[in-house]
Amino acid sequence: MTKTFRRGGIHPPDNKLSAKTPIEVMPLPDTVTVPLSQHIGAPSTPIVVKGDKVLAGQLIATTSGFVSANIHSPVSGTVTAIDNIPDAGGMRRPMITIKVEGDEWAESIDRSPELKTGCSLQSSEIVEKIAAAGIVGMGGATFPTQVKLSVPAGKTAEFLIINGVECEPYLTSDHRVMLEKGEELIEGIRILARALGVKQSFIGIENNKRDTQEHLQGLLAGATDIKVVPLKVKYPQGGEKQLIDAVTGRQVPSGGLPIDVGAVVQNVGTAFAVYEAVQKNKPLVERVVTVTGKKLRKPSNLLVRIGTPINSLIEYCGGLPEDAGKVIGGGPMMGRAMSNTNAPVTKGTSGILIMPGDESLRPAAASCIRCGKCVSVCPMGLQPYMLYKLASRNLFANMELFSAQDCIECGSCSYTCPAALPLLDYIRLGKAEVMKIMRARKA
Amino acid sequence: MDNKLIVSPSPHVHGKTSTRRLMLDVLIALLPAFAVTIFVYGTPAFIVTAVSVASCVLFESLIQRFLLKGRSTVDDMSAVLTGVLLAFNLPSSIPLWLVVLGALVAIGIGKMSFGGIGRNPFNPALVGRVFLLLSFPVAMTTFPSPAPDAMSGATPLTFAKEALKSGQSVSSLMDGVSYTDMLFGLKAGSLGEIAALALLVGFVYLLCRKVITWHIPVAILATIAVFTGVLHLSNPEHYMSPIYQILNGGAILGAVYMATDYVTSPMSKKGMIIYGVGIGLITVFIRVWGAYPEGISFAILIMNAVVPLIDKYVKPAKFGAVKPAKR
Repeated sequence: MTKTFRRGGIHPPDNKLSAKTPIEVMPLPDTVTVPLSQHIGAPSTPIVVKGDKVLAGQLIATTSGFVSANIHSPVSGTVTAIDNIPDAGGMRRPMITIKVEGDEWAESIDRSPELKTGCSLQSSEIVEKIAAAGIVGMGGATFPTQVKLSVPAGKTAEFLIINGVECEPYLTSDHRVMLEKGEELIEGIRILARALGVKQSFIGIENNKRDTQEHLQGLLAGATDIKVVPLKVKYPQGGEKQLIDAVTGRQVPSGGLPIDVGAVVQNVGTAFAVYEAVQKNKPLVERVVTVTGKKLRKPSNLLVRIGTPINSLIEYCGGLPEDAGKVIGGGPMMGRAMSNTNAPVTKGTSGILIMPGDESLRPAAASCIRCGKCVSVCPMGLQPYMLYKLASRNLFANMELFSAQDCIECGSCSYTCPAALPLLDYIRLGKAEVMKIMRARKA
Repeated sequence: MDNKLIVSPSPHVHGKTSTRRLMLDVLIALLPAFAVTIFVYGTPAFIVTAVSVASCVLFESLIQRFLLKGRSTVDDMSAVLTGVLLAFNLPSSIPLWLVVLGALVAIGIGKMSFGGIGRNPFNPALVGRVFLLLSFPVAMTTFPSPAPDAMSGATPLTFAKEALKSGQSVSSLMDGVSYTDMLFGLKAGSLGEIAALALLVGFVYLLCRKVITWHIPVAILATIAVFTGVLHLSNPEHYMSPIYQILNGGAILGAVYMATDYVTSPMSKKGMIIYGVGIGLITVFIRVWGAYPEGISFAILIMNAVVPLIDKYVKPAKFGAVKPAKR
């Protein structure tokens, strides 16, 4: 039987419009704006000033704490400003603006297309290189990768699991990377496995990407250290806890981390970035972004420099359709609707999704009919209807008893609710309050 | 900045399910049984159903408009479904004014007095039926004969109860009784309960459309079958066979269409099993030792009352509810 996670889940229409479109290199923009906070953790500290000339791949901001990441210039040119600029949500955040001049790269970077295999570095050296390259989780969570690779004392990593699930509808960037950069990806996985000291790695891929499963299986013929694990199509299989369950059958305990069950999960894009960082000395300055939507003229997978304005990607793919209602950073299930498309692509931008106006509004909410569908689709085994009721009455302390803190915010409950209740909106609110209560108790 | 863009929290897509769609699916599932009952009982059955549906819809919209002063919820089709289910629990010969009264009690007391859809603790159609049964027992238990050669007047359950009480043995009263007639609906009974097979066809449709899960109907029917099976084996001449018990009365109608009412049944799978077993047990107790030949309506209403308790104590298995492994 094909593997999948143990409970809940939904099957939204997958709408992978750009699955067959090869990755295309997007032309350089005139200017880039590079946010100092593109990762979870402390914002980076700029080490350039206005007027400095920079090369592509040159370090322009450094980590400012244990959980933080380096940032490199994605282009060559002149720093024209370091100030607060509105991000996709309209919040002003510190960013470095660089005027693009030519495309000169820092000398240490190997930009040749040749595959470079074999890595004899020590674990700590690999982690250092990854930290230096500013790599973060590229599935969207943007957790600094070097932190995830530092296994806490007393724990051991047994498996590395590569997340090739891409369960969000519409998104295809990981799919294309697996198909077009398979050899580099496998090398990246071996490097990550070496850094962690694990003998066994898995690549979890859903059955809607058979081409990818076969391609990677072909490349891995004869190898036993990496196994392709075909998975049944079901959202949210790309959730870290769901993926570990699907691949190994182990449950990350409530409140725990993957390493508690001996697993480390990395995204496909991240593993590819690790290959480039370790074998090619190339920091994370560009990524593949799916630009898609039913009314968009040319749904595409673009290789884009970090800091490129989102609206220039949309222009490149045929421009914003006239009836566009919503522009989403990420997929339709967990992505964020943006108010400002001048904002830049960041390390965590996996996709830009344009929804037509008629699909952008939510259906009118009615009364809960207690159908229990939210309970049966919740992958965490929670009772969304109950959490919704408690949150709407400000009974946050009770929400902890119903494990609001375990919610992974996948949105399956809201998606499936026949009364179209905003279940996740309320649960999110309550979860934040529960987290406050839990922190206050610890302090 | 482009201010025409809509911004809202995720998820940005919604599934196709709606309350209306679910209610429509249940109505579609009831069509085969409706066809059988029209075939067996003719125009009166159609008129009873039409009056019941019209009254339920009318009462809901009037109460919504003049008493609750809220937005009309009639278009969610739940009142239509209540109307059909109420009619399915009535004999085709019932006076029409009783149908209207039953609809008023079902919608007015059973549903709207609690605030409307989603808030009622008891199945509205059953509230209407039980009110009529207790207040007008004769009209509610007089059934026209479905076919010249079939069992007359009394439903198979009433017939068996009376016969056993008067000291007849099971084998003597089973003489000439055809299970096939019971399966296809050639017997006396309320509109919706006679067509066992047609009701099961609808059950399969509901399962395929994922409107309901198997848990409640299977728990009820299995409990009835096992309980009456044990009794039947212990004394085959004194207790009816489980097949007789399942095929007759409201067992299938109740298990598949009444007990599965979303609003008045538990939310978790485990809870559904407990609820279903409870309904099965109470039904058999009433049928075998109680004053009434049929007890599933009472059983469902009693277990409806227990649902809040079940939902409070029976939670779904939480993901990650394991002790952190020591390694």
